[in-house]
Order: sequence, then structure tokens, then C-alpha cells
Amino acid sequence: MATTLYVNGAHHQVDADPETPLLWVLRDHLGLTGTKYGCGVAQCGACTVHVDGSPRRSCVTPLRRVEGAAVTTIEGAEGRIAEALRAAWIDLQVPQCGFCQAGQLMSAVALLKAVPKPDDADIDRGMNGNLCRCATYTRIRAAIHQAARAVK
Amino acid sequence: MSVALLIVAVTLAAPSPPEPPPPEELNDPGHFADLADEETRAKALFGEVAKVLLHPRCANCHPATPRPLQLDARRPHIPWVVRGKDGEGAPGLTCDTCHGETNYLQQPGAPHWHLAPAEMAWVGKTPGEVCRQLKDPARNGGRTLEAVHQHLAEDPLVAYGWRAPAHLQPAPGSQERLAALFRAWIEAGAHCPQ
Repeated sequence: MATTLYVNGAHHQVDADPETPLLWVLRDHLGLTGTKYGCGVAQCGACTVHVDGSPRRSCVTPLRRVEGAAVTTIEGAEGRIAEALRAAWIDLQVPQCGFCQAGQLMSAVALLKAVPKPDDADIDRGMNGNLCRCATYTRIRAAIHQAARAVK
Repeated sequence: MSVALLIVAVTLAAPSPPEPPPPEELNDPGHFADLADEETRAKALFGEVAKVLLHPRCANCHPATPRPLQLDARRPHIPWVVRGKDGEGAPGLTCDTCHGETNYLQQPGAPHWHLAPAEMAWVGKTPGEVCRQLKDPARNGGRTLEAVHQHLAEDPLVAYGWRAPAHLQPAPGSQERLAALFRAWIEAGAHCPQ
């Protein structure tokens, strides 16, 4: 059954069961492998994408739920906030193994859109759902602060 | 036994996820009809209503702290999420980041998934305390009892209590029976148990 998806500014026809997790559609059907599989049960945040501008765990989002919506993955993250975060991430060398970082960045973009100048508590509350087995949390927090300062 | 057969045997013997025990029974209003004294009847009816309100499917999202509970074990929600403004979670980690408008796989979902405000916290309270809270407009969202009844009878998020994923115990009875009990309680004078 074909479903029309709008991902990173482009329309796609996907022939998949509407109950398929969005994560598998992104990775296996569209080849967008920046979005990672971590736990499959919304416990780690590695699969975070944006749906109509809001963060969603793609592992627990059925394909049927995003038909007609605008999906943004790490490959399509753009704009002043995303660019400031990307620069801060590189400047502070945030990733270690890097597996969780796409999800971390997508959550960070959502956080800064909602709270342009977050304090530590805002960052902790907004990023709590994104786990990092390398424990890069202090660098993530510092990079979010740096990006917030850089966004005019 | 070959390795392949051993694998098949172990796979077949693997336990399936435990199913929750059946929910507690919820009596209908007629069960209390023999209680001639209205106040006594009202208190008994609310005790029945409270079986639903204090069940994990309802009370987990009426937490006493900013953090909701989850599962039948009423453990603190993992990931660590907070009520936030309007009960919809913190910016960057709102409830709808993980909870959709319907259940999906084992993920619970219902329209407008959110936490009750702090003044509507039920966890740790007795049926009498919850009853007095529900009658107090300062702690029931400014609702009349009719409006509370409507919320219990019609809100799709309340309906989730009986439509949880299979690994979670549903609330006792049904939404229809809860609404009937609440209606009977109002008609009996809306008295609260101690």
C-alpha cells in the first residue's frame, strides 16, 4: 500500500504497511540512515525526528500517522538554530561514538525553538529523553548554551 | 539434540510477556440501591468511583510530584519527564514526543495525552480526599459536578483507561459504568467518604 510522505522538503511514495514504524521507512525505504535505532520503545531518543516541527520518536510513530505531515530528519535539519548547534557541536567536539547524536541534535533544535535562552534546568528537562552511553551530557549542555548565545 | 533443535526448543519454551491480572470488578449503581440513606449510598457510590480514579491507568497521570508514574507498578516514568506548562511536558520533551493519539505497539496513546495539573493530584490520596478535591472548583479545573461528569463520561483520554495496551491492566468496569456511578453519586447528594 503506497503512502505519500513529505520528508526533508521532498515528496516520496512509500510502499509499506501503514503500521510500519516511521524509523524503518526512513532508514530502509528512503535510505536516510542518520536517524538511528537505539531501543525501539521510546526509551533512548536516538530515533528522534521532527513531525510538523515537533520532536517525535520515530520508532513508536506508525507510518499512517505522518501521511500529509512534514517530516524532518537530521539530514534535513536546517536554519539558524540547527546551524548554530552544528557549529557548537563541532567546536566543542561533543560526540564520542556518535550513535545518539542525531537524536540529541533534533531534540536540541526543538528545545531552542521553544526556549531560545535555556538555563541548565531547561536543558536537563528537555533533553532527559535522549540517552548517551558515552555520557557526553556535559558537552551537550555546553554546546546548547553556546548555540543559544550564537543565535541572534 | 542438534544445535538447531536446541535453539527451536529454547525459543518455544521462552516465556511470553506476563499478562496483567484481570481488573477489579466495578459494581453498577443498582448494587447500592438497597442503601436507603442517601448519604450512606453516596459515600458507597464514590468508593466505587474511586476504584477507577485511583487505578494506575488514571492516577499515574494525576501524580503528586511533577513526574508522572507508569505501568501497573506505579513506578516513576522513564524517561524522566515532567508536567511542564499546561501539563504537556517540558519544551523539547513534550508528552506527544512519544505518545500518539492511539496505542501503537506497546506505546500507550490517546488524544491530547497530558498530565493533570498539580492541584488535581490524586496519588497517595484516599477516596474521601479525592472526592472533596473533585467537588472543589479550585482543584477541579473550575468545573461544576456536571462538567466533571462530562469529562469522565466523554473525554477520550479518560476512555484510554479501558483501552490500554495488552501489557497494562485496564481500569475496572467501563467508562459507561463509571459515568453511571458518578451520576448516581451526584443524585444521592454527592456526599464524600471520610
